[in-house]
Amino acid sequence: MLEVRQLSKVFFEQNDPSKPGLVALYDVSFSVRKNEFVCLLGPSGCGKTTLIRVIAGLIQADRGEIRVDGKPVTAPGRDRCMVFQQFGLLPWRTVLGNVEFGLEIDGIPREQRREISRRYLELVGLHGFENYYPHQISGGMQQRVGIARALSKEPDILLMDEPFGAVDAQTREQLQEELLKIWSKTDTTVIFVTHSIDESVYLSDRVIVMQSRPGRIKEEVRVELPRPRWEGDVKADPRFAELRARIRESLRG
Amino acid sequence: MALNALEQQALTDLDLSRARPFRLADRLGAVRVLSVGLLILAWEIFGRDVNPLFLSYPSAIARATMQLLTAGEFQRQALGSLQVYAIGLSAALLLGIALGLLMGRYRLAEYILDPYVYALDATPRVALIPLLLLWFGLGPMSKIAIVFLSGLFPVLMNTFSGVRTVSASLVEVGRAYGAGERNIFAKIILPASLPFIMAGIRLAVGRALIGIITAEMFAAVTGLGALLIRYSSALATDKFFVPVIFLAVLGVILSHAVELWEKRLAPWKETERAL
Repeated sequence: MLEVRQLSKVFFEQNDPSKPGLVALYDVSFSVRKNEFVCLLGPSGCGKTTLIRVIAGLIQADRGEIRVDGKPVTAPGRDRCMVFQQFGLLPWRTVLGNVEFGLEIDGIPREQRREISRRYLELVGLHGFENYYPHQISGGMQQRVGIARALSKEPDILLMDEPFGAVDAQTREQLQEELLKIWSKTDTTVIFVTHSIDESVYLSDRVIVMQSRPGRIKEEVRVELPRPRWEGDVKADPRFAELRARIRESLRG
Repeated sequence: MALNALEQQALTDLDLSRARPFRLADRLGAVRVLSVGLLILAWEIFGRDVNPLFLSYPSAIARATMQLLTAGEFQRQALGSLQVYAIGLSAALLLGIALGLLMGRYRLAEYILDPYVYALDATPRVALIPLLLLWFGLGPMSKIAIVFLSGLFPVLMNTFSGVRTVSASLVEVGRAYGAGERNIFAKIILPASLPFIMAGIRLAVGRALIGIITAEMFAAVTGLGALLIRYSSALATDKFFVPVIFLAVLGVILSHAVELWEKRLAPWKETERAL
């Protein structure tokens, strides 16, 4: 469903092609099946955020291409929705208004987008907070709004750029679990950027381990832990520890 | 957020409702009124001892106000001034916001326009008054031009820097959700820079008021500025204070009105503000 083919991206200093500053991605290829949950894992500077931004259509690659269902994509589209690390909420809009934003851009009539937004706010557990402004609610709640906003457009692919990086540890675990629950109820494909090994193993079907300078894929690790993972203590499963150790080794070497 | 049952219980237990000791800081509104009241009182008492050519006092000014109002002269001049003010200021706000948005968003527009904008902004407007009088004559046109120039730059500069401070990540959110340039402008740039624009409007309202009075004092034919010149030349100090106080009150009212407007348009800023 999503194919990334030989993608490369170089950043230049002051946009001057004679001054290469960073080879953010070099010859990156992988593909993702429908309804798969894939984590991009790596140290900072490995190009994982650049990669997800290219997939989102926010920046252009220098070489290679992205295909969704066989069609090449170069610009943002409603088939892919992004959840941002710093939430990306519009401070002048209420919780409801923020969720409506994406639908508004698509020209969905007011009544209908109200109804859709309320439904997704309910799904992320924010019923009753429709009229709050982002700064009046906690970081975890703000990111729920971000998730509701993305889901409300019913994208084929949900792109998540370290979405839980800016919330505290307890909230993070709670959000991970809720994300898995929501994902299990939809047929959305998820691409999730993180630098937490535990998070990647807990959430995904497959971890794509990246390394830096140049940013590239080191290896892909299948996570064949049983689902649903929120029941029982998956993190105590010996296979979990094994995967964690293996990925840590991969990141080190 | 409403308190839940346990919090309600805790509140009852804590019993914080006992009266606090009296503190002036709890009665700030009253303190302000008292301050103004005392000043007027002191002015009334001590103002009487000063030669009326140099300083008047409140009851004399009130008498002069009644006189001018019954003659109808004051209203006529004030209305003339306000009309010119409203026209010039509206034009300044419209063009200032439009140019500010354009220059903030598009590099090309910025580089084409900013030499003139910075040069004109740095020139004291008062220096242009003789020229404008020459061009447009003593009628309302020259005054409108001065009000316009006085109000234009504060709102233009503020809008410009407002657009400049819109965080790139918010624009990116817009793009990620499929917004084209028009939607980015209407739904991201404009609301994000609104607090700056409103601050610019608040400045412009004051500057334009200075502009109109200065222009009228120069031309000295019509308007409140002309009244100021006339009464001061006639050494009618009590009458002189009538337009002065009117302008002070008008200035305060206008700037409060803009502030209220600001709160309605940008309620999220209000609650974000610290104590």
